[in-house]
Amino acid sequence: MSGYILRRGLEVIPTVLLVLTLVFLALRILPGDPAIAALGEYATPEAIATFRQKLGLDQPLWMQYISFVRHALIGDFGVSMTNGTSINALLLDSLPYTIELALAATLIGIVIGVPLGAWSAVRRNRAPDILGRLFALAGFSLPDFYVGVLLLIVFSLHLDWFPMLGGGEGLLDTLRHLVLPAVTLGLVMAAFVMRLTRTSLLEVLRRDYVRTARGKGVPERWVVFKHALRNALIPVTTGMGIYLLTTLSGTITVELVFSRPGLGQLLIGGITARDYTMVQAGLVVFAFFVVLVNLLTDLLCAAIDPRITLR
Amino acid sequence: MSDLVERLGSDARRGVVATYIAGNTLATIGVLLVLVLMVLALAGPLLVPHDPLEQSFLSASQGPSAESWFGTDSFGRDVFSRVLLGTRASLAIGVMAPLLAALFGTWGGMLAGYFGGWTDRLLSRFSDLLMSFPSLLVGVMIAAALGPGFRTAIIAIAIALFPRFVRLARAATQVVRREPFIDASIASGRGPFAIMARHVLPNIAGPLIVALSLWIATAIRLEAALSFLGLGTQPPAPSWGNMIREGMGDLVGDPWPAAFAGAAITVAVLAFNMVGDALRDLLDPELET
Repeated sequence: MSGYILRRGLEVIPTVLLVLTLVFLALRILPGDPAIAALGEYATPEAIATFRQKLGLDQPLWMQYISFVRHALIGDFGVSMTNGTSINALLLDSLPYTIELALAATLIGIVIGVPLGAWSAVRRNRAPDILGRLFALAGFSLPDFYVGVLLLIVFSLHLDWFPMLGGGEGLLDTLRHLVLPAVTLGLVMAAFVMRLTRTSLLEVLRRDYVRTARGKGVPERWVVFKHALRNALIPVTTGMGIYLLTTLSGTITVELVFSRPGLGQLLIGGITARDYTMVQAGLVVFAFFVVLVNLLTDLLCAAIDPRITLR
Repeated sequence: MSDLVERLGSDARRGVVATYIAGNTLATIGVLLVLVLMVLALAGPLLVPHDPLEQSFLSASQGPSAESWFGTDSFGRDVFSRVLLGTRASLAIGVMAPLLAALFGTWGGMLAGYFGGWTDRLLSRFSDLLMSFPSLLVGVMIAAALGPGFRTAIIAIAIALFPRFVRLARAATQVVRREPFIDASIASGRGPFAIMARHVLPNIAGPLIVALSLWIATAIRLEAALSFLGLGTQPPAPSWGNMIREGMGDLVGDPWPAAFAGAAITVAVLAFNMVGDALRDLLDPELET
């Protein structure tokens, strides 16, 4: 096991380097001078030269690359091109909003999705199952940001139960601001979790050991909860990494709907303002989370399912 | 006892028939919706009751009425006409991006599956890496590099979907590669690319076409998300995503444009999902749904 952890951990290094390289190159193939983008078309040549020097844009590409990778690896993203503030400070301010949202949504997705999927599988082809499948179909078809807009119209504008915009101050206010965005992403995630739980439980319920348990007179409730569901939840648990990542990318649109000052807002704001350093930082941080979640998922899979061979 | 067996039998049969009909009804509705959407996308400009770009501040932000069925937006433009014309952008990107991904992904997958070795390792590693990122995030990354726009949206979504076709084509090619007719073709002196085009591609096309239909729904959803973020189709050209974006500006005064544009996205994604699911069930009846 420790060998596997080490090997899987080492695999992260080339991935991270490749991602950093792609981010670096991606932002340099864009036509146009970032200095002109930041300062405007009527900036004096001197101002542009100073700007380029300050950000190291006058250096050869390979030197810029090495400096970018070195700084990214120690988590130093420099200053914003458009307003000169420290990007690290901006990241620290925005990250909690995004992480809270992704985690709360995942929690809601599991709490709704697993019981609904189990109920649906046990009552296959009857009313609960049909309702459950309709819920899943809706979840796959409704874009998350549209769910957000609808919730916003109903629960903030008309019923006035929740605040409309922003991230909130203090614990209680933050929670109140978190409810609608988290429910938005949570409902969409619940559809995925529900379908996976249902498929997986149906599969397990057909296994021989379930038939044996039924045959020796174990009450159905026990068969489902003690024998079947526990095994059925293994693929659900391992699939959670993918859901967490989908939810993480979903925060980008949902943050825009609810004007949450999170990482997605920072990234999209950077793209719109053509603030290269900001975009670089945003992409690297998102990529970091993707690599981290993938690593943790693989390790979790290996830990909970002894049938997975550690290669 | 025989009574019990009979009852079980009829119950089970009824279940199968019910599922069958339910599946087919959904599929029928899906196919009809897709056809309607295609007609709207092709003939949209002929069908719109009002000019979707014409602004009129006198009749701005009005709810649905007999004159404009879906109301007007904050520029006084007819929302129904804009939703109708938005079908074009969404479907164009929704179909073109998966097609592009399928074209490059299929060749990538065939190369990897046919040659194996380093080609395979390189291509597989790259697609695994790309696939470990959520599609929307890949789309945002590409849009950050290329700058917002219609073409960017197509390229971004195509790149996000590309690895799925590589995987599929690679696995299928590996199976076909072992067939004797490939060896025969090699022996007759045909080059690897000619073999791939003539013998491998026709044999792996089936599942790839199903995959293509399944990814259209995802592509439409991604296009809407990118346009909503301001990275896809650019205003004043209407697309469902950018209509929601514009509608967010005055959600308090006039929630209708955002609501109707979102409903259009949902209907389109739902329709393509239903068709894709039906196709998959039809071709893979073993699969438990």
